[in-house]
Amino acid sequence: MSVFDRFGNWVRGGQVWGSVFRHGVPRDRRTRAMAILSNVFLHLHPVAIRKSGIRLSFTWCMGGLTFFLFLIEVVTGVLLMFYYRPTVEYAYFDIEGLRAHVTLGLLREMHRWGAHAMVIAIWLHMLRVFLTGSYKPPREFNWSIGVILLVLTLLLSFTGYLLPWDQLAMWAITVGSNMARATPLLGHEGPLASLVMVGDVPLVHAGDDARFGLLAGTFVGPNALLRFYVLHCVFIPVVATILIAVHFWRIRKDGGVSGPL
Amino acid sequence: MTMALPSGGLLAASDSNALKDFINLICEPHWFFIISCAGLGVFLAGYRTLTKPAVAWIALVVFTLAYVLSALDPDFRSIIVKPDNVPITIMMYLVGFFLWLAFRQAAVNDEKMASGRPLTEAGSDDKVLVWPDLVYIELIALVFCTVALMVWTVILRAPLEQPADPSVAPNPAKAPWYFLGLQELLVYFDPWIAGVLLPGLIVVGLIAIPYMDKNPRGNGYYTFVERRFAITTFMVGFVILWVVLIVFGTFLRGPNWNFFGPYEYWDPHRPAALVNINLAQIFWVQMLGRGIPTEGFAFIPHYVIRELPGIVILVFYFLVLPGILRRTVFNRMGNQMGAVRYHLMAQLFLWMAFVPIKMVLRWTLNFKYFVAITEFFLNF
Ligand code: HEM
Repeated sequence: MSVFDRFGNWVRGGQVWGSVFRHGVPRDRRTRAMAILSNVFLHLHPVAIRKSGIRLSFTWCMGGLTFFLFLIEVVTGVLLMFYYRPTVEYAYFDIEGLRAHVTLGLLREMHRWGAHAMVIAIWLHMLRVFLTGSYKPPREFNWSIGVILLVLTLLLSFTGYLLPWDQLAMWAITVGSNMARATPLLGHEGPLASLVMVGDVPLVHAGDDARFGLLAGTFVGPNALLRFYVLHCVFIPVVATILIAVHFWRIRKDGGVSGPL
Repeated sequence: MTMALPSGGLLAASDSNALKDFINLICEPHWFFIISCAGLGVFLAGYRTLTKPAVAWIALVVFTLAYVLSALDPDFRSIIVKPDNVPITIMMYLVGFFLWLAFRQAAVNDEKMASGRPLTEAGSDDKVLVWPDLVYIELIALVFCTVALMVWTVILRAPLEQPADPSVAPNPAKAPWYFLGLQELLVYFDPWIAGVLLPGLIVVGLIAIPYMDKNPRGNGYYTFVERRFAITTFMVGFVILWVVLIVFGTFLRGPNWNFFGPYEYWDPHRPAALVNINLAQIFWVQMLGRGIPTEGFAFIPHYVIRELPGIVILVFYFLVLPGILRRTVFNRMGNQMGAVRYHLMAQLFLWMAFVPIKMVLRWTLNFKYFVAITEFFLNF
């Protein structure tokens, strides 16, 4: 036995290791099952799984990678929150400062490219689920949850796009949020909105329509920045996290990754 | 500037200019769209042969070669190297690769089923332990993903333009790239349709898919023969109406949202598009040779009379056509689905088809609205 093996055995035999990992080295069926069962994270998986379901060419691991990219976004996002202040005075210069004089300012790059990658990964995941017919019973509901997750992912990207507060950001959000003006009944340039009146007083106008609700103003200004910041950093991630939990739970309850019946 | 600079020494300058002009031409919206649709059609019709590895390799090499050679052109290069456009190049490769991977497996499975052999995914009762089999696959996928992301992070700077300035609008002002397909639809539809109704229908339609698709086959394995209609419809939606429109909106739409060929300079002074006409104009003026009605009749307001031809067409399209289809092409599917499911599916399907219909009408007839009740912003 080499020194390393002896050291390894000493560590694994001690009280500290034993208190963290309550099973032996995963070398046989029982300990391998225990490795999954006794770990809260690994326990997202079942202990055993269909052989066809783990083939990389079947799932492309795309759902897993979407989740992994989501985690990267959470970690880099929290780090960015240490520097970034969501006000018109500071936002742009905080981002600029990140590049100029923050150690590991590169994490802004990682956050941005990770976000793009997550958008692409989630589309591919959906494509795979569709092309394997995995939305069919009993997985209908999990597909619906997935669609909501898709919408949330796009909204996360969209709200984050504004935060650097440069020309690219402001005008992309202006173009995007202009659509809300045209919401039927609820947007002041939307169809039929002009019919929503009390006497002669129009109820839907630029100062209270759907776009105003989104931007907290009639243009993309300081209120919109704050609103998008809160949505981006708190509200949407929390909702997405909850739905991802439901999504994972349902995968297991629906019988694991799909396969021929 | 249709005359792009000669690119390298590969082709004589005049040849290369002729080639570039040709490519600029076939990238015009209608050609781009028609060629994409034809490409998808050929792919779905010949997926068994076209997904053979040798064919796929050739496609990969040809595409890459064309892309790299195009990048020698300064105008094209200036577009693809914009940091926020880099994801689109990545997306094109990934979508292409995974479409190949999926349809390759479908082809193999379909052949197996035809000859009575078990599917690739068969033996679904064979179970393996998650530790180590799956956990290690996940670990490796994760490591590759991390490495790829780190490389991307280190070599490409995230964009940061001038500080936001509400008084200086960039031209073109583009939405984030994943919404560019919807922005492209603004050319053909009013904002309430392109920006509110259609996105809403996409979400509702996606959620409804599992409840409408009553075909019990093809659950949990790759196949095409068993689900032709479902897969073809989804491919048109995802590949053509989403991915292709994004690529188009990113690479080929310049200032004022005008079309520019890939090797054309984005000239902000290019004149805007032609004037478009409404159905009311075509019907009352061009066909009947009289003026557009401006008077109401009894309790019917004038705009209803004016827009009557369009209203008739739309009522036929959305309310009568589903019944006709039910008795003809969708007969078997309709029986399988039942009335409620069928009519939900028909509405979603017809809305989806409405998009290319309006695009084609625009390109051929400069057509704008079927119904234009501008009084209430109610234009279809
Ligand atoms: C944040 C977004 C999402 C995450 C993190 C996620 C994660 C996952 C994971 C890890 C799996 C296991 C199998 C696999 O990797 O393919 C899975 C399966 C599944 N996902 Fe997602 N997903 C997301 C979004 C979506 C979307 C957008 C859809 C569809 C519209 C969807 C529908 C499904 C379905 C139906 C399954 C079960 C597939 C099967 O059993 O074969 N998910 N998801």
